[in-house]
Amino acid sequence: MEQERVNHLRRLILKGGGAGGVLACALAAGVLRPTLAHAADWNKAAFESKTLADALKHIGADGAAESADILIKAPEVAENGAVIPIEVTCRIAGAQSIALLAEKNPFPLMAHAELANATEGYLNTRFKMGQTSVVKVVVKAGGKHYIASREIKVTIGGCGG
Amino acid sequence: MAEPMKIRAKMVDGAAHIVVLMIHPMETGQRKDPRSGQVYPAHFIQHVTATINDKPVLNMQCGPAISKNPMFGFRVKEAKSGDKLAVTWEDNKGEKARAEATIA
Repeated sequence: MEQERVNHLRRLILKGGGAGGVLACALAAGVLRPTLAHAADWNKAAFESKTLADALKHIGADGAAESADILIKAPEVAENGAVIPIEVTCRIAGAQSIALLAEKNPFPLMAHAELANATEGYLNTRFKMGQTSVVKVVVKAGGKHYIASREIKVTIGGCGG
Repeated sequence: MAEPMKIRAKMVDGAAHIVVLMIHPMETGQRKDPRSGQVYPAHFIQHVTATINDKPVLNMQCGPAISKNPMFGFRVKEAKSGDKLAVTWEDNKGEKARAEATIA
């Protein structure tokens, strides 16, 4: 209940658009946390992008620099495309967000996690992929975007027919 | 009514290692019923949040490409044994769930 009230307030504030003063006050009061401010809205444009380039653009990560400090742990060959484990560890200090994308999925963006300062640059999950594809991980740290890729082969698709 | 989540949270080398398992169909909206040819409507988790002692630590948006019965693992520094972890999710149909656990 409390949560809903806060969300409602947050929406009102965000809708205000030009009301920067209100937003600043809210930030100062600790109602909103800078890194985790836009919780209420699902990034529809990014999640419904059909190409990798569009998805990257919509999460503000076009032109991300390749980085060897993002470690992607995933099987080389996934027998079952419906459940592919992936573990991302980022050695870049101060990771603010981690996004997972699969180039050949109908909608490439799979997940976008915002991390608080106390949260490590680490994410572990399982995802679906219909066919062999390159998986990209985008990490935002210190306001810059870094990207790493990894090809995962799929022998049985995960999206059904 | 959403099924309860399973949460494992314990301190390892000074950081809370947290794993959450959710029960959810994560229907993509791409699959068809082989007999009728009807598309199963999309039904998937869009938001996942986690807080420790009411401070947000993770705020995630998901697409339908996350596997059925999603699992998420993350790690939080500056946490300690006994801290209260709360995890919530909300899906594209507005269904919600919330679970709490104590970090061991």
